[in-house]
Order: sequence, then structure tokens, then C-alpha cells
Amino acid sequence: MSIWLDSNSKIVVQGITGKNGQFHTEQMLDYGTKVIGGVTPGKGGQETQGLPIWNTMSEASDAGANVSCIFVPPPFAADAIMEAADSGIELIVAITEGIPALDMVKVKKYIENIDTRLIGPNCPGIITPGKSKVGIMPGHIHRRGDVGIISRSGTLTYEAVNQVTEIGLGQSTCVGIGGDPVNGTNFIDCLEAFEKDNNTKSIIMIGEIGGNAEETASEYVKEFVSKPVVGFIAGRTAPPGKRMGHAGAIISGGKGTAKAKMNAMERAGIHVSENPSELGKRLEEIL
Amino acid sequence: MNIHEYQAKGLFAQYDVKTLRGIVASNSTEAAEACKELGGKIWVVKAQVHAGGRGKGGGIILCRSPDEVYEAAGKLIGSRLITPQTTAEGVEVRKIYVEEGCNISRELYLGIVLDRERDLPVIMASTEGGVEIEEVANKNPEKILKVHIDPITGLGDWQARKIAFGLGLKGNQIKHCAKFMKSLYHLFVNLDCSIVEINPLVVSSDDEIIALDAKINFDSSGLFRHNEIEELRDVSEEEPLETRANKVGLNYIKLNGEIGCMVNGAGLAMATMDIIKLHGGEPANFLDVGGGADSKQVAEGFKVILSDPEVKAIFVNIFGGIMRCDFIAEGIITAAKEINMAVPLIVRLAGTNVELGKQMLSESGLNLISADNMNDGAIKAINSIGGKA
Repeated sequence: MSIWLDSNSKIVVQGITGKNGQFHTEQMLDYGTKVIGGVTPGKGGQETQGLPIWNTMSEASDAGANVSCIFVPPPFAADAIMEAADSGIELIVAITEGIPALDMVKVKKYIENIDTRLIGPNCPGIITPGKSKVGIMPGHIHRRGDVGIISRSGTLTYEAVNQVTEIGLGQSTCVGIGGDPVNGTNFIDCLEAFEKDNNTKSIIMIGEIGGNAEETASEYVKEFVSKPVVGFIAGRTAPPGKRMGHAGAIISGGKGTAKAKMNAMERAGIHVSENPSELGKRLEEIL
Repeated sequence: MNIHEYQAKGLFAQYDVKTLRGIVASNSTEAAEACKELGGKIWVVKAQVHAGGRGKGGGIILCRSPDEVYEAAGKLIGSRLITPQTTAEGVEVRKIYVEEGCNISRELYLGIVLDRERDLPVIMASTEGGVEIEEVANKNPEKILKVHIDPITGLGDWQARKIAFGLGLKGNQIKHCAKFMKSLYHLFVNLDCSIVEINPLVVSSDDEIIALDAKINFDSSGLFRHNEIEELRDVSEEEPLETRANKVGLNYIKLNGEIGCMVNGAGLAMATMDIIKLHGGEPANFLDVGGGADSKQVAEGFKVILSDPEVKAIFVNIFGGIMRCDFIAEGIITAAKEINMAVPLIVRLAGTNVELGKQMLSESGLNLISADNMNDGAIKAINSIGGKA
């Protein structure tokens, strides 16, 4: 078991003929992900890497795709997400970085009443080790296991994955929810799914400064999560008013500080690690 | 991205958001001429800097004659303005804005921001104008009216009226306020703003609703479709090293410590700063080289870090995903050839092509300290400058 993604997932890559789309399609195929084709409007009927290209997402959906991975450039990415949602895709993974926030506001409103799940944008994607990888994370550091990982950051997730693998454990599913202020799947969605998933025995949750998603997620953990959770918040040393790379990582008006988030986590019984290189160690201690 | 008040008011005028007439000036003579052109008997001279709290810092001066305007402009231009929102050194005033006076009957607050909890734009209004809105939010949250806006339908007349009535406006004021808010929302959406804030918004004695101040912050992800906004960028208000790094696509933020950091990914970059601090060191910067950087960009990153005279050591922390460790190694080697790496260099590589990267570095003959993991790297960086981690 795992969450949202398994070996039966059939993936379509939106923007498959772009530089990133091509490279990561190859990487996903190497990992064993069932990529069944791609969409690039105007290139329908052609082939790439032995896979069919379609003009529209409806054709991809008709061909059996149920998961989409989006590498479409920022000006067209919001449109691509809505096209995927409209076509009946169950899981949309938007990798694209730099989508205007107000475009995402419209996307969220549009998909509100559609039965689909959006992960990202501006995220590394989702991986169920040994089964399927949809996104840009390096597959080889992962190992099958029972630790669920949720994070707003890409490389910091790899750090956590590596530490879990190094202590001899593995991951059930890892989800990068992305560093933008408006995103699809949030911490609570992941926590809920990991709590229900029989193969997930513990959870690592990595947040960062900005917004209050970590605070509300902590309240959720306190109330509804019985599995042990290790937490980390990046950005303790970030000065207020400066955007730390991610569009969402900014302390403004005294809100969204690392300290407030860590306190909220501790109050919820989450095992907070102050040191980002000791997430694995902290997990080992409590298990 | 931030812009100046006078630029924001220029945009307000384009969107039919009512402001007072004003003229920007960069010296006293221009300022005195501006008030003659504007006419009237009273003017306000306002320092144009990218920082709030200007009134408290003495950056807003009320004048009753062109001579006073001349004097006020002379006092402000070239001085360093210190406000509750700047550092202790303050920011240099290069321009001032001379604005006509107005008979104020009430001061209000109005802002539009993106509410991250609801993923919707929200209009916030308050009768407590002119004071710090955060203070109001903390002490009297009930005094802030909030209306969320559906991005598909936009701001409805009924919503605008709800705020106007909520602010206790009467008669013609209601109509003026509703129109004002609709124009402002139009601007917010059309220009991809992340914050539009007017504090104070005033009701004049003849029932007009006027933006006395104007603050706009743009979503940098939206700038690609607004060249006209990009042109408003005032690089003199930005940290020169940050501007230089941004030009080559690197995300750099200068801090005040001694250990320069080069990291891939924003989250890991923050975590690297945190771990340095945790062991008693101080990071000199945030630097995310991103996933798609080539060795040239990496080399430029080194130059930027080393341009900061406070940097005493550099910690490179890379977890290769899309970013390949051999690209980083090549960048380090290129940079070392072009510039004198006079400070200890601590390198931690992991992930994609790590073996190749390590091999390239060891064959280069560069004098560097290699680290097994980020904890080890942070400790070695601090120890390398005589600190005790």
C-alpha cells in the first residue's frame, strides 16, 4: 500500500517535448513508472521516446491515463492544470515553478468541484518507492518502506529520504507539496492519507517559514493522527520581509515564523528536530 | 517586487483610483517648482523609499509655503531615513514627492492581499486608519472588515457596499467608496499584485474617497506579463549583490554573518543557514542555485558570495537531484581559476553524479575541505574560521 500512486498508475506528461519534460520522462521510464504518452498541442500524432503524443488531454484520458505530470512553462501551466482536471485525470502533479499566484487562485476555484487531486505546483512530485515516480526527485536514494514523508521543499525532502534510507528504513510514499503560496494538496490531506494507509507506520513532515499551513496541520495531528510524526521547519535564521527563494517562504507582519511553527508542532506532540541532519536519528529514537 | 509611492499613484491614476495631485522631484529647486505648478496653500513633501513607517521616521513633512517645501526637500534628499521598518542605518532618500493638501474628515485603512488560508484575494478595511494595521489586527481584530473575492465573478457591488456601510460611510461616500474599491480590485488582478495597501484612505470634507498613501507589492511570478511594471524597478533600493545574482538567475539574499553558503533548493538553503546558526556560526547569505544552473552560473555565485567582504569561509551544500554534482564541481573549478579563493572552502556533495563530482574536485588540486554530510560541513566551516562548533 501507499498513497495516491502505485504500480497501476498510468502517467501522461504534459509538456513532454520541452527540455525538462523530455529529460524527466526518460528518468521516470528508467525508474519503471508507467508513462503512456505525452501531450503537446500541435504535435499530436508524433512520437517521442517510443511514446505517443496527443494534442489534448481528453485523448490522453481516453487512452487510459489517470495521472498527469506537468512540465508546461509558467504562462501556460494554469491552463494545463485545468485541462487535466476537465479530462477526468485523478491525480495532477504540477512541477512547474513560477506560476502567477492569481492564476493558481483561479485554478483552485475551478477544480473545487471536480473529483481530482492536484499536487504542487513548484514541487518535486510524488514517489512510491519501487513502484512509481512522478516528478523530478532522484529515484535511487529512495527505498521501499513504511515512513511517509511530506514536505514543502524539494532538496530538503531528498535529505530526509536519504537519512531514512541510511538508518535502514524506507519510505511508503513521499509527497512534495510545493513552495508556492497557493497550492493543491496540503499537509492535512497528506497526513489524513498516511494515517489511513496501513503500510505507513510513521511520518516525517518538513515545513518552512511563511503562511500558517504548519500550524493548522499541527492541530490536525493533535486531533486525528495516531502515528508518530517527526517535524522540521526550515528558515529559523531567515529575516522578516525577505522572500527565501520559494514564493511562499516569507515572514510578513510577524506571521509565519519558524519559532511559532515549531511551537505549534511541539504542542501537538510532533517530535521536532532542531537539526535538519538529524531527522533520521530523531525518527530512530522514537520508534 | 516593490515600487515607490509616486509610481503606485501613477498606476492608481491609470485605473481611476482617486489620489491627490503630486509631482516627483529629485532636488529642492524641482520641489519648489512642483508646488507652484500644483497651486494651493498647503503641500506635503514625502520621502520616496521602499519602506513603511515614513511618518514616524520624519519622512513626511507638511509645508505651508514654497520656501518650506524647498527646505523640506533639501532636508530629506540625500539623508538617510530611519523608520520602524528599516535597519538602524536607514535608507538613503533619492527622491521626494510633493503632493497637494486636502481637507480630511476621516482616516481609514484599505488593503487587498492574497489570503493563503482561503486561497482567495481578500479586501481588508478598517476605521482605524493611519496606524499600523498589524497592531489593530492584534488588539482589535473585530475592527477589521474582511471580504473574500471570488476570482471568477470578481468584486460584487454588494460586497463593496458591505464594506462601505461597515466603515460607517454615509450618503455619497458609499457610492464613491464602492467605485474606489472596484477600481482598486481591478488594478490588483490586472497587474498581478500580491499586496495593495492604502493607509490612510481618507474621506475628504466633500465626501470624496482618496488614497493618501499607496503601497503595491507585485507577485514576481507574474512579472513576465508586465514589462511596464518591470520598468518601475528601482535597483538603487535593492542590495547590489542581490541584483547582480538575480541577473544570472540565482536567488541570493545577503545576511550579516561570516559563512557564505551555496546550496541547491530553497528549503535546503534555509536549512543550511539554520544548521550553521545551530552550531554557533552566522550565515553570510541565502543562495539557491536552483535545479537548472550550469557551471557558469555556479562560478558567478561564488563571485557574488566573495564580493561580500564579511565572508570568511564558504560552505557548499549540494544534494543533487536535477542539479548534477559534476556541474557544481566544474563551477567550483572554473571560479577558482578566475578568482582568488582566499577563504576556506567546505564542500558537501550528495545525490546525482556525486562520485564524478568528488573525483573532479580531488583531481583539480584545489585546496578544499570535504564534508560527509551537512552537519559535518557546518561544523567544519565554523571551525575553519576559528570558531568552536
